[in-house]
Amino acid sequence: MAATSLQCKECKTPYALEARYVCERCFGPLEVVYDHERVDDVAEARRRIQGGPQNIWRYADFLPLEQPPASARRASSLSGLPAGCTPLIRADRLAERLGLGELWIKNDAANPTHSFKDRVVSVAVARARELGYEVIACASTGNLANSVAAHGAALGLESYVFIPADLEEQKVLATGVYGTHVVAVRSNYDGVNRLCTELSGERDWAFVNVNMRPYYAEGSKTLAYEVAEQLGWETPDRCVVPIASGSLFTKIARGFDEWRELGLVSGDGPTMNGAQATGCSPVAQAFAAGSDVCRPVKPDTIAKSLAIGNPADGPYAVELARRSGGGVDAVTDDEIRAGIRLLAETTGIFTETAGGVTTATLAKLAARGDIGRDERVVAFITGEGLKTLDAVRDTFTTHEIDPSYDAFEAEFAGARA
Amino acid sequence: MAVTVKIPPQLRAAAGGQGSESVEGATVGEVLGALYDRHGELRERVADDDGALRRFVNVYLDGEDVRFLQGLDTAVSDGAELQILPAVAGG
Repeated sequence: MAATSLQCKECKTPYALEARYVCERCFGPLEVVYDHERVDDVAEARRRIQGGPQNIWRYADFLPLEQPPASARRASSLSGLPAGCTPLIRADRLAERLGLGELWIKNDAANPTHSFKDRVVSVAVARARELGYEVIACASTGNLANSVAAHGAALGLESYVFIPADLEEQKVLATGVYGTHVVAVRSNYDGVNRLCTELSGERDWAFVNVNMRPYYAEGSKTLAYEVAEQLGWETPDRCVVPIASGSLFTKIARGFDEWRELGLVSGDGPTMNGAQATGCSPVAQAFAAGSDVCRPVKPDTIAKSLAIGNPADGPYAVELARRSGGGVDAVTDDEIRAGIRLLAETTGIFTETAGGVTTATLAKLAARGDIGRDERVVAFITGEGLKTLDAVRDTFTTHEIDPSYDAFEAEFAGARA
Repeated sequence: MAVTVKIPPQLRAAAGGQGSESVEGATVGEVLGALYDRHGELRERVADDDGALRRFVNVYLDGEDVRFLQGLDTAVSDGAELQILPAVAGG
């Protein structure tokens, strides 16, 4: 594999490619370092990717695995769940509504467990198996729980998922059905995360987003690879991405950068706009304050999948937003509900609250005049509306009538004949 | 005030292999200072040059992040538990 080591992002101390995530010297986060071979024949390299399987393993050369799961061309549950290759849809009606030129929606709800988390879990679990782990686990705001439980079921690995006890019922049900151990912790996500951080030091388990976090985070790069491939090997001008821990946001940018450096994709690095909920916006607050210190907050928002009050990659997200000429904005719960509705009405895509945050932030940027009409914009929709149904309850009228022609005519007098 | 400090695996080598220590102090800062006095190597791992907590270190007093309290000035009571953990997990 092209991955050569783990390295501390802060002090650059190198470590072997093991299940570790924190620098023992300075406590900084570890990330995967690669030594990619130079790409001499770009056309051949692109053909090789295009000839790969219809899932993220077509990008295996850019992921930290010795042997990508043998899913090759056909999906087999024994090689995990086939994540990725989700639709990139040109959203002309939404663009028109917002006064934008070229707008695309990356619909990552179209993954096996209906969120982008299947990408990161695929990579973390594949690496965990290479390292010999037999139990997988996670600290989750919901989507990750779904994905870890489902991957455990497909692969026959025991799993433990830790969630805040007040999580949306849909996400709890869509986790327990896979036969995992659901542990509902009487706390918010940050408390769950603290417990899992402690447990990961005492149990010989692969916590996908704790001790496997460097591998897990790499899975998010595949969103950038896919978008670049789907746009005809070009980068977009601007990306709008939701921020919880900041990992997805920073790794999408990294994915584009890697391919630009290798010459696989043309265009500049995109302007990166992060999206948070006002009720949990430590990264947006740091950006607004011109600081890179994300003061932890106590989350209070309907966007529970983004409710991380103490974001691990917050400082890097702020730095990326600034460096790329973008920003980090926050939107209220009412704006989130309106965002869900706006996306659904104009594209036929029903997203969860996190997608409402992304869409509302896109609308805010458009209204502020931050986005030029000549820009090619991609908004990343990371999860499925059916998981957060409460957000749309009572937002429209149902017409209840008797089963008669006259009743219908009376209700819809004046409707188009 | 005797306080139990829980030490994460990443710091145990610098703490004589201990997973927890009983330390005296009236505030979070005093407790950590007493811990550093006992295990000198811990100081530079946990604190920056000004004595503040490093960016990627979280310290919890009875489960609450001390940044939501009064930071290093937070008073501790007898029998309290102070936990040091890496901040880079999750999400």
